[in-house]
Formats: sequence, C-alpha cells, structure tokens
Amino acid sequence: MLFKKKRPWDTIPSSEITPESLYVDRRQFMGASMAFAAGAVVRPDSVGEAARRLGLHQDPEVGPVTYGENLREDLNTWEQVTTYNNFYEFGTRKQDPALYSGDFQPEPWTVEVTGAVKNAGTYSVEDLAPADRIEDRIYRLRCVEAWSMVIPWRGVALRDVISRLEPTADAKYVAFETAVRPSEMPGVRRPILDWPYREGLRIDEAANELTFLATGLYGRDDLPNQNGAPLRLVVPWKYGFKSIKSIVRISFVEEQPYTTWKASAPNEYGFYANVNPNVDHPRWSQARERLLPFGRRETDMFNGYTEMVEHMYRGMDLNRWY
Amino acid sequence: MSARARAVALKTVVWAVCLAPLVWSVWRFVRGEASVDPVEEWLHRSGKTAVLILVASLAVTPLRRWFAWNVLQKSRRLLGLFAFFYAVAHVGVYLYFEQGLAWSFIWEDVVERPFILSGTLAFALLVPLAVTSTKGWIRRLGRNWVRLHRLVYVAAAAALLHYTWGQKADIRDPLLVAAVLAALMAARVWWSVQKRSRGGSRVRPGSAAG
Repeated sequence: MLFKKKRPWDTIPSSEITPESLYVDRRQFMGASMAFAAGAVVRPDSVGEAARRLGLHQDPEVGPVTYGENLREDLNTWEQVTTYNNFYEFGTRKQDPALYSGDFQPEPWTVEVTGAVKNAGTYSVEDLAPADRIEDRIYRLRCVEAWSMVIPWRGVALRDVISRLEPTADAKYVAFETAVRPSEMPGVRRPILDWPYREGLRIDEAANELTFLATGLYGRDDLPNQNGAPLRLVVPWKYGFKSIKSIVRISFVEEQPYTTWKASAPNEYGFYANVNPNVDHPRWSQARERLLPFGRRETDMFNGYTEMVEHMYRGMDLNRWY
Repeated sequence: MSARARAVALKTVVWAVCLAPLVWSVWRFVRGEASVDPVEEWLHRSGKTAVLILVASLAVTPLRRWFAWNVLQKSRRLLGLFAFFYAVAHVGVYLYFEQGLAWSFIWEDVVERPFILSGTLAFALLVPLAVTSTKGWIRRLGRNWVRLHRLVYVAAAAALLHYTWGQKADIRDPLLVAAVLAALMAARVWWSVQKRSRGGSRVRPGSAAG
C-alpha cells in the first residue's frame, strides 16, 4: 500500500448503505435517478444513500432465525436474490439463470451418496433434509467477484446430514456434484466449464456448524431454480463458487477432490477459497466488496465468520492455500 | 444523392448507432429495469461499446478500399471520438462507482493488476488521439499526425487484452472481436507489402493510420 487508505464511506454504517428492499416503482426510480444525479456532484456515498431513502419498500417478513439475526436489517430483497445469480449451467450473465432456468425440473430429485460412508445410497431431498430439522439462517454471501448479498436461507445443517450418513475414518473430504441436463440447462451445451460443476470441502469444513444445505429461501420451503433447486450448499466463510447448486451426488473421499474453478484457473481460484481481504485475486482486489445495487464495504476476514472457522486453518499459510 | 448528402446520411446513422447503448442504459435505469448490479452493467456496456466502436473505426479504411466506397472515410473521426466517449464513460464509472474515488485503491489497482493496467494504457493512448483529432491539429502535425495516430493500433490491442482479461471464463466475445481486429490488421499489412513491392511510397496524411 503506497498511500494511506482513505475510505469516505467509513462514516456510514453498512446497514445504511445496503438498501433494505428492492422493489422500486417507476416514479420512485425517477426520483432516485435525480437524487442519483445530484449525488454525483456531491460524493459517491450519497448515491447509495439517496437510493436507499427513495422508494424502497420492505420485503416480506422472514420469521425467527437460528443464526444471523444481526444481519437482518441488511437483507437483500427477494428480487435481488433471485435475479442476480452466477449459475453458468443456465448462462454466464447474471440475469441468465432467472431467464433460462424455467425448463429445469427439480422434482423428482435424488441424491447419490457414495464413497467412504456407511449409509451410502440414493436419497430424496426430504431424506437428507427432513422437515423436523429445517431451520432459517441469514448469511452474507461474498462472491469472488467482489460483491456480496445478505440472504435468508432455509435448510439443514450439513453436519447433521453427515452424522446421519456416518462417514468412515477414510472420509477426509466431501465432494459435491451438480446436475448436468443439456435439455434443461442451456449453459452446459457449451464447454465454458468442465461439466459437471464440482466442488468439495475438507471433512471438518463440511462438519462445521455454519455449513448449510439449503432447500429454501426467504421463508419459503423451496428454492427457485436459479438459486440451485432443489438442494444447494451454503458455505458462508468461503467465496460463493464453493456453494454448489442443484446437487446430485455427495461423495466421501480420501484425497482432495477435483473442483471446477480451481481446475479452470488454478492461479486464480484455490480449493479453500476462504474469503480473505488480504489475498487478492490476480485481476482484482478482495479488500472491499460492492453491496448491491449501490454501496461498498470492507471485506471481513472469513466474511465475518472468523470465530467459528479460524481454528480449522491455524498454522496454514493462507497466501499459499487461497 | 450528392456526395455531401451521402456524408450527412452516413454521419446521421453513425450518431444514431453510437448513441444507442447510452440511451438504452439511461432508459433501463429510469424505468427501473437496470440490473441488480447497475455498476457492473454500466462498466461492461461502456467498455464493450468502446471496444466495438474502436474496431469499427479501424474497419473504415479497409472497407473503403475493398468496396471503393469513399464516403465511409467521413465517419472515421466520428467513430474514433465515440470510442473515446465510451472509454471516458467506462473510466468514469470505474473511478466513481466501482472505486468511490478512493485514489490509493485506484493506484494500487493500476500498478498491481495487469488487467487494470492494460485498460489504463488503452485509455491513456486514446487521449492524445482524441485531442489531436481536430483539423487544426491535423494541419499543424502534418506527417507526424499519421505517425501519432498509429498509436490507435496499440490502444486497440491493449483494449482487447483488457476486455479478455475482464472475463471470468467465457472469452468467446473478446476472441470474436480479436479475430475481426486481426483480419483488419492483416489487410493493412498485405496492402503495405504490395505497395512496397510496387516500389511506390505515397503516404497521404490522414489515410495511412486508418
């Protein structure tokens, strides 16, 4: 760092930067646009502030949560969460998953559980995420592209699922795989990535109290297709690409599994992919993140979940194991 | 149609086509239809438009020669200036919305990341070209104007590199544009070789650096 960091938005709490709601009608947007133009001559921060003050309604209530109550006021809206997605199986643009996932059939669905595990077999979504285990949690999702959203998930703790599956001592890692259905997923008809999309966690990471298997969103029992229906991973202290969607296979393995983005660009994306403001992506900084639609915040170590996860990485060189 | 009328018609079309991306962005924003991440949308659209118009400006001379359609030459400066206009918009969105005018971060970005550096280089090279695009400067610089404006090839290559590095995985679009640029450059090299083999070297100011 050559100069002292000056961050003009330091004075504004993050809760005021992130708009609480998304739905903005046209007249309000006209007003916001003018405020936006006015903001342009004042200072950058006032843009987000103006957008927040003008024309933002509250989203439907999310009931009590078992985790993340402190993030409630920062929640992104249903519309934001369901129209801005990275899900390359449906196209590489952010709006593509919402536009082109309509043909996808998340029902019926089975998940194959294989490898070093006592209860290997084929499971339904309800088997893995039984109704009596379902809870709501609010997590911040930090994308490796340096934006973040705050999302209320519904689902089950993965550690709960794992303990019922009973992995053996050979299970050092857990590997996940996304469905590949060319007739329903237009993105997989081109070799943008090496399909199927694959991700993985160390077994202790998978069994961490934070690791979540989501089956619903925003107080609803099901996931929209673009968000990874019917079943997806949520690993809040890691970059978003670790949170693999539409899972069809879970394997308990001894060696570190193949992971898609690491294979695609090993110098840019690692196996661990822990959110870390001190280790930049080769092409952009990870020190800060954009809050959508307008806003900025400094990125927290482990995305703010340090207390629950840092013990797993003690003694590891995080510059090397990015 | 008279030559003058054809030039006016051509310029009208250029203005309409080149302003369309700007109008589209403003329209979407005002109607509340912009992306959830408008900053990303504006960055991508302004950058892509700048590159496309820049390549279009480099296509003017080859197309004029292939089709002997001399009126096309009248659109070259306008295209170059529109490319610069979108480059300014792109840099402005980056500085203001992406970085919030935090100059220490911006400096770090430029010096530490080849992706940003290549874009900065492309933009920096376009500045003197835009400044010297007036009749007065063309006259004053004479033959040196042609030499100076050959920088546009470096700027285009740097912009293409920046465009390609800006993609996460899907580089089909930048590769397509790069292929077009390569074809345009190949045509220039071919003509230059032919001219040399004929022994003549008749460089006319304002025509060599297409």
